[in-house]
Order: sequence, then C-alpha cells, then structure tokens
Amino acid sequence: MSFRSAVVTFPGSNCDRDMAVAIERAAGTAPIRVWHGDTDLPDRLDFIALPGGFSYGDYLRSGAMAANSPIMRSVKSAAQRGVPVLGVCNGFQVLTEAGLLPGALMRNASQNFICRTVTLKVENARSLFTAGYRAGEEIRIPVAHHDGNYFADDETLDLIEGEGRVAFRYVENCNGSRRDIAGVLNEAGNVLGMMPHPERAVDPAHGGTDGSTLFDHALKALADA
Amino acid sequence: MKVRVLVSLKPGVLDPQGRAVHHALEGLGFEGVTDARVGRTIDLELADGTTDEMLGRMCEKLLANTVIENYRIEKLDR
Repeated sequence: MSFRSAVVTFPGSNCDRDMAVAIERAAGTAPIRVWHGDTDLPDRLDFIALPGGFSYGDYLRSGAMAANSPIMRSVKSAAQRGVPVLGVCNGFQVLTEAGLLPGALMRNASQNFICRTVTLKVENARSLFTAGYRAGEEIRIPVAHHDGNYFADDETLDLIEGEGRVAFRYVENCNGSRRDIAGVLNEAGNVLGMMPHPERAVDPAHGGTDGSTLFDHALKALADA
Repeated sequence: MKVRVLVSLKPGVLDPQGRAVHHALEGLGFEGVTDARVGRTIDLELADGTTDEMLGRMCEKLLANTVIENYRIEKLDR
C-alpha cells in the first residue's frame, strides 16, 4: 500500500507548502492537503504534519485557536491511535495547546522575533523522527519565531528528560527555552513538536540539508512498515 | 450577565513583556517600581443561567493556558 500523508493548513499557515515539498521529496508522493475547517482526515494516513505560520493571527495565544479547530479533533484521535504527527514551529505551538505535548511556548525571552540558522544537538536518536541522526550529533536548522520559549514546570521537565523525550536541544539557547529544549516527543514517541524548521533545510539551495535526514528516515521507515 | 476574565502569568513564569514594561517605566524616571507583569482581560457577555462551572470550563479549555497562566473571574453587573 502506498504511503499516505497529510499536511494541515490553518488560516495563517505559511510553511504548509514547504512542508508538502519536503514530504514529497522524501516520500515520493505528495501529501494530501487538509483544511482546518474539515472535520475528517483522509483514511489510512501514515503521517500528519502541522506546519509553521501564524494560524488565526496568533489570536489569544499562538496555536490556541488552531488547537480548537474542527480538524484538530481528528488529528488528536489519530495521534492517540499512534499515527505519527510532526508539528513544526506554529505546529508545535498547536500541539502543546491541544494537549498532545507537554509544556507551552511563550514569547522569546529577548522579546525579539528570531530568524536565523541555529545549531541543535540531537538528544534522542531512537525515535521514528530522529533515528537517522546520531545521538549527540549537531545539526544546523533554521528557526523563525517570536514565541519559541519552551516552558514546563520542573516536575514535567524532569519527567520528559527522564523518559528521553527531549528530541533536540539548542546548542546556544536563542529564545529562553527551559533547559535549552527545542523539540519534544510525546510519551508514545509518535508525536514530535519542534520550533526549528527541518523543512527549510532539505535542499542545498536552502543553505543546508540537515533537515532532510528527519524526513528521509521517518518517511522511509513508515513506507516500509 | 457581564463577566470579566483576568488572565495572568503564573508567579515564577518569566514575563519578558512585563520586564520590558518595567524597564521602560524606569527609563521614564519612575522610581519605586519593583515589578511589572502583563496580563490579558477578556470581557464576556453571557446568557443568564450560564453556570460558574461552564465559565470555569471556558477558562480552562481556551481562555487561559493553565500550564503558564492563572485566571480570575469577576462578575461585573451584580
């Protein structure tokens, strides 16, 4: 059976096309594009991506409105069934607001919007998304966000660190995130949220291809499953 | 029924916006400001009979993110 994936577009998403291109490059088939107002996801999905952007104009809190949009009920139930879900940037914010990942993403400590390529350390190289990297490997991935300052209380941080659920850390903390956290996995390991944009590092013309490892490995593993 | 929901960052959660406001007040020469925290006000018009329990769920599900924020409910027209 062929690989089936979906990219969800919310009003104000702006990395949905980049995400679709990155998925198609790695999987060989284009993802199905899904609109926020749809109530149902396509059947038999192998992979769901929530892209970056400024869904609903970041009204109330980044990701708060999107987390309560009609399509997210289906995304939540798919995630709970074990369908892999990748949320990048605003997609990460949506996943935390939807309760699929712990913590919250607050305004950057500097108050500045940050747009540059940063170095990440791969903390967990055993997850579906990160197994193409080596543990401790340093990769270069762009960030572009205003609200990327990861917060969770000490108890939650100890729990996720103890369970190996920190996927990526900033080598130099650019936004004030607690414990330099850049990407977090859920308990089952099928949901990853990360502020940096792997889909913006999949072509030499992007200035780097360190993000393609994530897509190549995860989507190949899923297609072979 | 008019209700005001006041959302504020929990104590201990860094508030960069509040810190910037604090610095700006100091820059204007106002002395004696020891801290500033920025929150959000949401005014709701509710049908009579909306229960406190429903209002609490509105706050928990959407109006506040209880990972980082506290909320307080004020009834305005009583």
